[in-house]
Amino acid sequence: MTPKLLIAIPLLPLIAALIAGLAGRRIGRAASAGVTILAVGVSCALSIYVAKLIFVDGAPPWDDSVYTWLVTDGIRIQVGFLVDRLTALMMVVVTFVSFCVHVYTIGYMREDDGFQRFFSYISLFTFAMLMLVMSNNFMQLFFGWEAVGVVSYLLIGFWYTRPTAIHANLKAFVVNRVGDFGFVLGIAGVVWFTNSLDYKDAFAMAPSVAGVQFPLTPTTTVSALTLICVCLFVGAMGKSAQVPLHVWLPDSMEGPTPISALIHAATMVTAGIFMVARMSPLFEFSEAALSFVLVIGATTALFMGFLGVVNNDIKRVIAYSTLSQLGYMTVALGASAYSVAIFHLMTHAFFKALLFLAAGSVIIGMHHEQDMRKMGGLAKYMPITAITCWIGALALIGTPFFSGFYSKDALIEAVGESHRWGATYAYYCVLAGVFVTALYTFRLLFMTFHGNERFATAHDAHAHDDHAHGGVPHESPWVVTAPLVALAIPSVVIGYFTIGPLLFGGAFGNSIFVHEANDVVAGLGHEFHGPLAFALHGLTAPPFWLALAGVLSAWYLYLKRPQLAERLAERFAAVRSVLVNKYYFDWVNENLIAPLARLIGRLLWKGGDQMLIDGAFVNGSAKFVGWAAVKGRRIQTGYLYTYAFWMVIGLAVLLGWFLIRA
Amino acid sequence: MQGLGILSALVWLPIAGGVAVLALGDRRIAAARWLALIAAIATVALTIPLWIGFDRGTAEFQFVERLPWITAFNSWYHLGVDGISLPLIVLTAVMTVPVIIASWKVIETRPAQYYAAFLIMAGLMIGVFAAIDGLLFYFFWEAMLIPMFLIIGVWGGPRRVYATFKFFLYTFLGSVLMLVALIYLYVQGGDYSLRALHELPLTLVEQRWIFLAFLAAFAVKVPMWPVHTWLPDAHVEAPTGGSVILAAIMLKMGGYGFLRFSLPITPDASRELDWLMIALSLIAVVYISLVALVQTDMKKLIAYSSIAHMGFVTLGAFIAWDIADSTGALRGAAMGLDGAMVQMVSHGLVSGAMFLCVGVMYDRVHSREISAYGGVINTMPKFAGFMVFFSLANAGVPGTSGFVGEFLVIIASFKANFWYAFLVATILILGAAYTLWLVKRVIYGPVANEHVAQMPDLNRQELLVLGSLAVLVLLLGVWPAPLLDVMHSSIHHLVEQMTTSKLPL
Repeated sequence: MTPKLLIAIPLLPLIAALIAGLAGRRIGRAASAGVTILAVGVSCALSIYVAKLIFVDGAPPWDDSVYTWLVTDGIRIQVGFLVDRLTALMMVVVTFVSFCVHVYTIGYMREDDGFQRFFSYISLFTFAMLMLVMSNNFMQLFFGWEAVGVVSYLLIGFWYTRPTAIHANLKAFVVNRVGDFGFVLGIAGVVWFTNSLDYKDAFAMAPSVAGVQFPLTPTTTVSALTLICVCLFVGAMGKSAQVPLHVWLPDSMEGPTPISALIHAATMVTAGIFMVARMSPLFEFSEAALSFVLVIGATTALFMGFLGVVNNDIKRVIAYSTLSQLGYMTVALGASAYSVAIFHLMTHAFFKALLFLAAGSVIIGMHHEQDMRKMGGLAKYMPITAITCWIGALALIGTPFFSGFYSKDALIEAVGESHRWGATYAYYCVLAGVFVTALYTFRLLFMTFHGNERFATAHDAHAHDDHAHGGVPHESPWVVTAPLVALAIPSVVIGYFTIGPLLFGGAFGNSIFVHEANDVVAGLGHEFHGPLAFALHGLTAPPFWLALAGVLSAWYLYLKRPQLAERLAERFAAVRSVLVNKYYFDWVNENLIAPLARLIGRLLWKGGDQMLIDGAFVNGSAKFVGWAAVKGRRIQTGYLYTYAFWMVIGLAVLLGWFLIRA
Repeated sequence: MQGLGILSALVWLPIAGGVAVLALGDRRIAAARWLALIAAIATVALTIPLWIGFDRGTAEFQFVERLPWITAFNSWYHLGVDGISLPLIVLTAVMTVPVIIASWKVIETRPAQYYAAFLIMAGLMIGVFAAIDGLLFYFFWEAMLIPMFLIIGVWGGPRRVYATFKFFLYTFLGSVLMLVALIYLYVQGGDYSLRALHELPLTLVEQRWIFLAFLAAFAVKVPMWPVHTWLPDAHVEAPTGGSVILAAIMLKMGGYGFLRFSLPITPDASRELDWLMIALSLIAVVYISLVALVQTDMKKLIAYSSIAHMGFVTLGAFIAWDIADSTGALRGAAMGLDGAMVQMVSHGLVSGAMFLCVGVMYDRVHSREISAYGGVINTMPKFAGFMVFFSLANAGVPGTSGFVGEFLVIIASFKANFWYAFLVATILILGAAYTLWLVKRVIYGPVANEHVAQMPDLNRQELLVLGSLAVLVLLLGVWPAPLLDVMHSSIHHLVEQMTTSKLPL
């Protein structure tokens, strides 16, 4: 590895983004798409080359700086790269998914006026995400962290004339900023004890800081590393959409579908997972922080899954599924199974990107209809989309031999091995989650691709729609289906081939640190006898039967007896209304928190600034001067007798005073 | 005695240019306009040798000029720069150019006088930063009020008379107290030279009074809560250029005053009263950000945002002692000061650009109300790009200059007290909320009304101005090292000064 090679990987997409963004109108649509795809393609090839150097040739990790950002108070903050096994894996995932999405975009955005702008944004995103995963210090990590947030903001609001889109992007940014608020405090905490922003210094210092207490208030202290790790994790909760900072992700579906796949499924939302894994040398020294991670993750995994069951928007169902799966990854982090979290991150990136892109293909086929109640029976019209979507779904629910099975089963077993506070709760949550996952996933499949064709009526209602090009749904062009196939392959096989080396072969090397006592993955390793045996064993394990039960329930409720689903909904109307209202998180944010902030602002403005400071003091003192002048003027009457009168009085007072003194 | 040099040129060239523009007058306005632009650019050019020739290894004043001025009071025409004043001088020179260009076609009443006022003000403001004689500093400090008074009073909005008087009385009241303090110091030491003032021993009681007198002057300029209410009114009534200079440069004089006068002259009083400064800074960030959230006038919103951002400057300047108390070492004090300085420079660029953006819209629709806009991106896509960019910079997104200072101050304040960092970091949320909510309502959405529908996109001048500012904001965000290098020696010297007690042992 040379610095030039590493710099080229993030820089190429940046340059392409600038070309497409600034000169897009001049060079045209084809050239804009071409230059960004070329850049990301080369970047992807180089990433694979780097991964080969590291995983196959056993090259040592690269950790060096590129340039000095600034020096302050003896602290040199540098922009630099740390490329080890964890980074190399992330680079391949990011650039590969990004490349697929770039190609897909040619078809999906074909008719959009913002074609060049869109390519510019997604290339810019690739740059930011690469800066994030390749960073060797907290400053650059935070740069990438916020930069992906900015691009996400721009992309959610891509169709900026839609009120829902510009509401969603503002919400996404502000909620993410709540996370970043914690994140920046965590970074400040790292500097507090290391006087450095470099990972290696922070990691080296962690063992010696483990016992240090931080004075939170004059009377209470808290373990310094717990405080730092919880703060950092709050950042991860924002970016990886964990309860209660998850509210932005479903709304982010207002953006075009390619970015839902790229940003809001495969890459950006996993940044939090990556970050915690990267920070494992810090988190491992704080049991309390890991328990916190565990409980938050478990809650997200189960309770966000439920929401997928009641939603009818095809993209939102997948979005809730993403929330739930991110919860799974977070649970793994909390159980100290960092490698499993990254493993699930990788398999999820492929099959979830696939599901989103397939949903996008359906949306194109349905002439921009997203409501599953108006679909059904599409398998006949869109066979490639249907098959690839099935593959993604089977991977998602953890069908043995599919990629998702390996990562999810390993994850559940790892949590089962953990004895950390909260692990039991987490175990039951992820187990129950398997059933829920299968239920909402197959509900989506059945409602979309099978059963009665409900689009005919739907289409009449949309006859006036600009996008209505005519009758029946149609299969999408090859630029759309090719990425589906490209993603379907790893969705099936990647787990089989990588579970051994990644989890039990030490493929992550030193890039992930786990205390021996916490190492639940090693415990699994004793029982691991190859991927085939693992899958066969899976057939007899509870998750498989739970998933099967979920599939059958979905089949029964949504294909066999659709009336039953409706009757159940009526029967449990109260539960349903809680779910439909998404546990009232949005309601609380929009009707309590936001108005409260505005109310306080208005009170401080009208009451504090205008009445008290300006009214009483500023204008008050001006008025007082005016009043005093008016009163004082009365003395100057101009009449001789008044002056004579005051002179006599004055004389009398003066004389009296002299007399008394004498 | 050193003769006239580059600093004098920086002070007097724009003033001479301003006088020449006045002489040309409105009848030869084309020539006057070009002359104004040339003078402004020449001033920027003059800062280049200053920046290159500046010795980064020393905290001593450089490019020193010293000529007799008021010999009866031992006051000298004494100019010099160090790492604290140099960036602000460059900022002043740089920000004058966009003001001239942005008003190229917009100012219709007495344009020559308008340009002249800005050029003269630029010279006087550079004088403020370059003066290292107390009385000379005071001269420039007060003289600068006159052109600004005229700019708001003549070219301002409908309530300009109220705003100008408020502005003038507010700042003047504070300044007079500063003059009293300076005279007292002169009586004690017999010298107005800054270095002599820095070394003058003072009792704690003396320091306390002097600190409060300085505070009156500087707090109004920054402005700090609760003496900030002149700023929103002044901004709202000022013409675009006035707002730009007000936000970009004049506010920095308060921060500069703290670093140049309060901290080194009254270190013990600063230490004793640092709780007050920290409290007011935190109020500025949280209280003012909440107020910014509910503004309906774009200029007021940005004005309040300015006050909140300046809270970082005063916080960064006054946390050194708390850092020493909580960590037992001074590591981090310089970071706070570095952050304060970077924040000043960055805020100069970003808030200036934000006011220019509002100016661009105001020139087309003649309203500052947020509700008068909506969907501007549809008719002005280029402008929308810039507005979104500067808004993100205002929200402190990394990669822009707005991030650097905030980041350093947050990290440094964590060393002082977790809760300082906690409160000050709320700007991440609140700053994003008020800035991007503004963007949402003004820039995004469908075209709101026919005024918006008829807005033409940026013309060449506007593109040039916003484009160059965007480059600077980006450059400073991606590579702030050169700025920090210039400041390094002076900041460390300042930390030494402020942590060395002046009291007899």
